[in-house]
Amino acid sequence: MPRRDDINKILIIGSGPIVIGQACEFDYSGAQACKVLREDGFEVVLVNSNPATIMTDPEFAHRTYVEPITVESVERVIAAERPDALLPTLGGQTGLNCAMALDAAGVLQRYGVELIGATREVIAKGEDRKLFREAMERIGLDTPRSAYAYAIADAEAFVAQVGWPVVIRPSFTMGGAGGGIAYNADELRAITANGIALSPVGEVLVEESVIGWKEYEMEVMRDVNDNAVIVCSIENFDAMGVHTGDSITVAPAQTLTDREYQVLRDASLAIMREIGVTTGGSNVQFAVNPADGRLVVIEMNPRVSRSSALASKATGFPIAKIAAKLAVGYTLDEIPNDITRVTPACFEPSIDYTVVKVPRWAFEKFPGTDTTLTTRMKSVGEVMAMGRTFAEALGKAMRSLENGRAGLGADGKDVFDEHHFDRYLAVPNEQRPYYIAEALRRGRDVAEIAELTGVDPWFLEQMRRMVEVEASIAGRPLAEITAPELRKAKQHGLSDVQVAHLTGALEGDVRRARLDLGVRATFKAVDTCAAEFAAGTPYYYKTYEEENEAVRTDRKKAMILGAGPNRIGQGIEFDYCCVHAAYALSEVGYETIMVNCNPETVSTDYDTSDKLYFEPLTFEDVMDIVDLERPDGVLVTFGGQTPLKLAHALEQAGVPILGTPPEAIDLAEDRRRFAGVLDRLGIAYPAAGTASTLEEAVEVAARIGYPLLVRPSYVLGGRGMVIAYNEEYLLRYVQQATEVSPDHPVLLDRFLEGAIEVDVDAVCDGETVYIGGVMEHIEEAGIHSGDSACCIPPFSLGDSTVGRIREHARALALELGVRGLMNVQFAVKDEAVYVLEVNPRASRTVPYVSKATGVALAKVAARVMAGQRLADMDLPPEDRELGRFCVKEAVMPFGRFPGTDSVLGPEMRSTGEVMGVAADFPSAYAKSQLAIDYSLPTEGTAFVSVCDRDKRAIVPVARHLHSLGFRIMSTRGTARLLKAAGVPVDEVRKVHEGRPNIVDAIVNGDVQLVINTPFGRETRSDGYHIRTAAVEHGVSNITTLAAAQASVQAIEAIQRGGLDVIALQDLGGDAS
Amino acid sequence: MSGLSHLRAPALLALEDGTCFEGLACGAPGEAHGEVVFNTSMAGYQEVITDPSYAGQIVTMTSPHIGNYGVNAADMESRGVFASGLVVRELSDVASNWRAEETLSAFLTRLGVVAIEGVDTRRLTRHIREMGALRAVVSTEDLDPASLVAKARQAPGLVGRDLVAEVAVRERFTWGGEMPPGCEVPVDTGVLPVTPRHRVVAFDSGIKYNILRRMAEAGCEVIVVPPTTSAAEALALEPDGLFFANGPGDPSAVTYLYETLRSLLGERPVFGICLGHQMLSLALGCATYKLKYGHRGGNQPVKNLLTGRVEITSQNHGFCVDFASIGPLVPELSGDLTHDVGDLGAWVRAGVAPVVRSERFGHVQLTHVNLNDMTVEGVRALDIPAYSVQYHPEAAPGPHDARYLFGSFVRLMDGADDVFAGGGES
Repeated sequence: MPRRDDINKILIIGSGPIVIGQACEFDYSGAQACKVLREDGFEVVLVNSNPATIMTDPEFAHRTYVEPITVESVERVIAAERPDALLPTLGGQTGLNCAMALDAAGVLQRYGVELIGATREVIAKGEDRKLFREAMERIGLDTPRSAYAYAIADAEAFVAQVGWPVVIRPSFTMGGAGGGIAYNADELRAITANGIALSPVGEVLVEESVIGWKEYEMEVMRDVNDNAVIVCSIENFDAMGVHTGDSITVAPAQTLTDREYQVLRDASLAIMREIGVTTGGSNVQFAVNPADGRLVVIEMNPRVSRSSALASKATGFPIAKIAAKLAVGYTLDEIPNDITRVTPACFEPSIDYTVVKVPRWAFEKFPGTDTTLTTRMKSVGEVMAMGRTFAEALGKAMRSLENGRAGLGADGKDVFDEHHFDRYLAVPNEQRPYYIAEALRRGRDVAEIAELTGVDPWFLEQMRRMVEVEASIAGRPLAEITAPELRKAKQHGLSDVQVAHLTGALEGDVRRARLDLGVRATFKAVDTCAAEFAAGTPYYYKTYEEENEAVRTDRKKAMILGAGPNRIGQGIEFDYCCVHAAYALSEVGYETIMVNCNPETVSTDYDTSDKLYFEPLTFEDVMDIVDLERPDGVLVTFGGQTPLKLAHALEQAGVPILGTPPEAIDLAEDRRRFAGVLDRLGIAYPAAGTASTLEEAVEVAARIGYPLLVRPSYVLGGRGMVIAYNEEYLLRYVQQATEVSPDHPVLLDRFLEGAIEVDVDAVCDGETVYIGGVMEHIEEAGIHSGDSACCIPPFSLGDSTVGRIREHARALALELGVRGLMNVQFAVKDEAVYVLEVNPRASRTVPYVSKATGVALAKVAARVMAGQRLADMDLPPEDRELGRFCVKEAVMPFGRFPGTDSVLGPEMRSTGEVMGVAADFPSAYAKSQLAIDYSLPTEGTAFVSVCDRDKRAIVPVARHLHSLGFRIMSTRGTARLLKAAGVPVDEVRKVHEGRPNIVDAIVNGDVQLVINTPFGRETRSDGYHIRTAAVEHGVSNITTLAAAQASVQAIEAIQRGGLDVIALQDLGGDAS
Repeated sequence: MSGLSHLRAPALLALEDGTCFEGLACGAPGEAHGEVVFNTSMAGYQEVITDPSYAGQIVTMTSPHIGNYGVNAADMESRGVFASGLVVRELSDVASNWRAEETLSAFLTRLGVVAIEGVDTRRLTRHIREMGALRAVVSTEDLDPASLVAKARQAPGLVGRDLVAEVAVRERFTWGGEMPPGCEVPVDTGVLPVTPRHRVVAFDSGIKYNILRRMAEAGCEVIVVPPTTSAAEALALEPDGLFFANGPGDPSAVTYLYETLRSLLGERPVFGICLGHQMLSLALGCATYKLKYGHRGGNQPVKNLLTGRVEITSQNHGFCVDFASIGPLVPELSGDLTHDVGDLGAWVRAGVAPVVRSERFGHVQLTHVNLNDMTVEGVRALDIPAYSVQYHPEAAPGPHDARYLFGSFVRLMDGADDVFAGGGES
């Protein structure tokens, strides 16, 4: 059946900010869908609150609304745009939930909007565990025995029937939020209560445990003619009990006979048909008992998912793109396979390599939280690696993680907790792969490890081979290692760094020896068909085989190094910049070559660049590609810290670096030399010093004075950064910090308390400087810029201050010799402007600035790096009146890490961001808050309790809240202050003052807004308990005075009800 | 390359065009020759190598990990291994599956099958794709490339070769009953009908056990007879239907079988699979030809022109039938279209199943087409009860999308008109 002509305008809802469980895979999916629908002549309307996405680039949709994904806001978009259809399956759980809410609220019916891709009934059947169970019974498929609980007693009654342990899954939450495994009555009560609270329908499923069973996933597609295919099978390395987002996963399935595989296939297709997914992709999860093969269905997602993004990258079959085409009426046999170009998309990819995905966690950011891996996802990103064998792919994945490791151990960084060694094997955790490898090195039996870990013996046998190959070269001089031995090591996934460690050589020696011996990398194509047909799309992975398939062309070529796995401090923003660089360089005639290992991203879509190498971003892996492609230039300044840290080694290896020379980057990073630059330019900066010993730190502190900003050198995202208010704290920190970064000293800066922070993103071509945006932070200095809200244009700074900031940025860019992007952080205190930091590379704020101003800064920078002049680009005047305020707000993952304090500080912990656009600052700020899950309350009780420093300033805030109709509640100190100022206030007990106290009030739902500002970093204080309770119960929780002030204005704006929606296309500016 | 824990002997694969692949022996020692082909199924290696259609062929599995789940008696597709050799990237030393009874390596060694691992199988596959299927020799004894290439050049090819006689049974047997000498009793016969609805005589040309399992489950008693069984002998068994099976080699060389089939057309309903499809087509007066490198895998899209549905199918064939050679187009039965009969893509796009007129047997309809290369996958006679498909509806290995074709056979024997009803339901 061909394209539907009865619909013309299609609304797509994105997934909003990057959060744990919902990352940039939905930007990849959504961007594909927008592109393909647009190409097919449909008018596309997009709503997504996340400005750092490629899909919200104004050219991807006809109408782009960077607005909160709420019923109210999307209804306004629908009213303004009157779309014919809504495609709800591409925006993750957020998009799906919003579509369901719009339907339930009658909005879709009212405006005559048809749900395409998945109907209301399908979504309900797929998502509602009860309906799903009934559906599975109808088609004779087994599911784990289970019961619904609406109260703790229900759960206890069920456990009495089936025994321990049980798995608890709240209905309608994302990424398994609120779920867990209970092994005892205490855990059962805690997880059930939490799950009921988090579930929008107050319901959890308590399920018979299939922990330890094998877990499989199937990616299925079906069209309107009932043609259905399996795109990919995935086998989890970690047994049931670990969320699939937290599991190492492998494609294709490795340990099923065809007979068993076909049972899964038949079941998957039957489920698609029974649930009624008429068009699009779904993900079905199964558990298989390794002892007897009993199969149970775990769940299905009637939408594109993280797994479908992985499956797309693993096979070359673009699930989201095809799903969009199916939703508008095409059938699978009408759509060509992009990769072969001659065969149809109606087939099942066959792959002749092995794919391994490994999650990336960030537990170090959340001290105090439980690091055990459970059914609730905790990872913040992932890497994918391809090799011919599992061993090769696993080795590559382990060195892609950007965690300082060069592979699966054997890299000189193995440290094991001998006292709890077997617990690290038995209890799923981030370190487990290293413990498994070590156990094998120590000669422990595969069968024993399989018993302890639940990992299939086949995977363990592959790992045993890896460590066996390690052992065969360990302790021998490099010169003695023969070509076959080196080749074998490479085929088993060992990196040059590991070989160097094992042979006591240097990485460079290994590379030279390897090349001298003729052990060269070969590249194989990802072609969907195991070489049965010739592939048209150059998408490659590296392996060590006989034949190389990647062919160098004669075109001028630029290689873009991507950002690697998402983690806190380095997220989608850098991928956005890489993608823009590829687009821009392609426009100016370069062949673009992308290198990245993150399967969630747009950069690893095979049609983003001319060539894609799905490879780790290590010196070794990049150089192997460079040796083949011999690019005219390599871009290292778009992908954040990952490629930047390779700049020197690449330059030394004679690789041409495009844009700002590594030397200039060093100059900005080297504090002593950079201070010289600032002195020369007459620009102020906070007093600073460096210390490599405890004594030195005390000495420097005495010279500079407290409070101090203290951090290890060379960090990203403020890792390990604190504010020290006194010597005791400083000493404690320095003792710990030496573990963080042993090779680098500790940096101490005078902390400018109460200063306003300002960020600037600019592009310099060596002659002129274009200031892309000046961002005024809402939260004062001391809170990591990635975690604070900010606004374009500045909303409180005077013109002369902004003018000075621009001049300083300009002078710095020219002085440092920047060719491309630069970010400068300023602090403004008492009218004085200080420079805090300069980073001559793409920053986290580039996409936000680009969306806010309509000037695509990363593209401008890429063109500059390609030799174009800013003066020739016809850019709009940088100081023009924008006529709007754009507020960026950070999204915090505290809900995922119970026990972690939600106070903001100099260490970044946010996972993503949203943007609010409005004619005035309060409305823009209000939108930014509404766009985040914990929306702003407009009535009820506000609990206000602030540190002494903020006491005076809080009075007008409380008075304002009172005038907006809020009841004010405070503990003694703040209450006394407010009463004195004439603000009516109810007093409540502090936690240590007895019961009932403020935490009881929060738990009981008597508080709708918490304003609690801490002083310094207290632990386990009253404030900690209050904030933790607020996070756990979803109460809006504000921890800084500045945010409180902005929030009150925002609440007023919401009460006025004037939050009109605005399309980016109406904002003006040359966005592309 | 394999791990270090087991010392495997070197092995060499040589192709007739002089290309050689070094590797390690992972099966029985010795030397084997055949036409080297590749199969893209990601699972199901045991079913592949025990499929008698692979006789005379050295099979390369494109999936790099082979042997992971071992082998077991229930998954046998015949009495033994028929592929003359096996080429893989890496053969697993361990068998990890609750049904595993033996490692693949031990199985191959026990059955005397030569196998080589450590080969860049993707390079080999691309080579076959570009050069076509080639004669080859795999050896653990002769590691001299020049000598082995010379042997490959002397190896017999498949064209004009009747391998059916070598793989078929010599004595008749009933599925589920006693097996003839040399055939072990299958561990898994499928669900046998208590009271069979129909009796089917199946001409063995290398029949896969899963065809018999599917027939049994469809309610048939199946009597398997040697391929040289005459029409009279077959009819003497009082069958309700006649089945023509898959099998190895060049269909045009199996003259006796399609001549028997021709003489039976119209006598009883006929169903053919793979070689059986080629037998029916030849009997109807159609020509066959050799594909460059064949279809072997479990992901081939086939469009059923009668239902418009696409089936993902299991395939294993190197030869193909030329539908246009049967006779002239009958436009009035072909949607009044006058497209070139040989342009199968045009018929697929039009969504019409074209009908031609054969000299002896009346109207013949094209029912199934491969969407990858627009070749013939199924035909049926309209004036007599007979149909056949080139692919494997019994799967094993592969998807079950085309299982309905066994039900179609029962309906044909029942005398129903809508034999393809329910097509595409898996």
